[in-house]
Amino acid sequence: MATLTADITEKLVYQRPDALADLYTHYCPGCTHGTAHRLVAEVLSELGMQEDAVLVASVGCSVFSYKYFDVDAAEAAHGRACAMATGVKRVNPDKIVFTYQGDGDLASIGLAETMHAAIRGENITVIFLNNAIYGMTGGQMAPTTLPGQHTTSSPFGRDIKLTGNPIHIAEILGSIPGTAYSVRRSMHDARHVIQAKKAIQTAFEAQQKGLGFSVVELLSSCPTNWKMTPNEALSWVRDNMVPTYPLGDYKVHEELQSKRGRGR
Amino acid sequence: MATGRIVIDVERCKGCELCLEACPQDVISLADTFNAKGYRPALLADPNHACTGCALCAVVCPDACITVFRDVPTPKAQVALEV
Repeated sequence: MATLTADITEKLVYQRPDALADLYTHYCPGCTHGTAHRLVAEVLSELGMQEDAVLVASVGCSVFSYKYFDVDAAEAAHGRACAMATGVKRVNPDKIVFTYQGDGDLASIGLAETMHAAIRGENITVIFLNNAIYGMTGGQMAPTTLPGQHTTSSPFGRDIKLTGNPIHIAEILGSIPGTAYSVRRSMHDARHVIQAKKAIQTAFEAQQKGLGFSVVELLSSCPTNWKMTPNEALSWVRDNMVPTYPLGDYKVHEELQSKRGRGR
Repeated sequence: MATGRIVIDVERCKGCELCLEACPQDVISLADTFNAKGYRPALLADPNHACTGCALCAVVCPDACITVFRDVPTPKAQVALEV
């Protein structure tokens, strides 16, 4: 037995991806922004895109994402990431251009830019984090806030008669002809994180093939503003967000059909 | 069953406990000490070598502070096992 132990060697199974900068992030403990950063960085490293990638960063909790990814990046005005990415991609068609936006940036102030980028069929990739709340400004109601959800600006729960219903971005963008790939994934447990990574990979491959607009909506947690522990917040995503925002593929280009995921 | 180990970057860890929940072997716990940012980092408490190197902790870690190693028996060791 002692001989056996001496003959065992180790292999590296997982390490921090190269495309993440060697910095400490400002995200709260347990925030799935970090998970999404890691997944995007892993995909960029694995597809060999790190040198060619250009990130267009957004405003919101992810405002410093240009520092956290070790790729070329530009910071867009609030909500205008898809418009800026359009320009970057048209001037540099050989680059892999992607935006990283939250629900306040993409689904609220930047909805027009996002919709029109998809309608024009811009060949860019959008990573969209939906945590059902405005995180950076202190937990106000977002367009994605669930009916009845308590936030600092809907202290008695979101009243849909007064403030409308939550917006389903993956479905809306999936209905646009210019969109090549539109899916919703969650990050509430290890299995779903792995599925989210596959979707992000497919989205970047769609851009590489020049198929058009690709978007991955990721259901995320906000433990601080939801006033929960990180694990409670992930359970809340599973129990409340996933039923409201069903996971699945809403648009998959014919050339990507083999990449269709179950997503559930 | 495969065995392995994890190395946690304690200064990067924010003590969010997501890896504690994800670990199927329950071999990760929070340290009693604090890191420079004031968080209690996660650490591998694995006296019975129960860690399988499955990397589920690394998959859920939001701060990418876990490195995972898995033990690989060399061909020589496999021969010894068969004998």
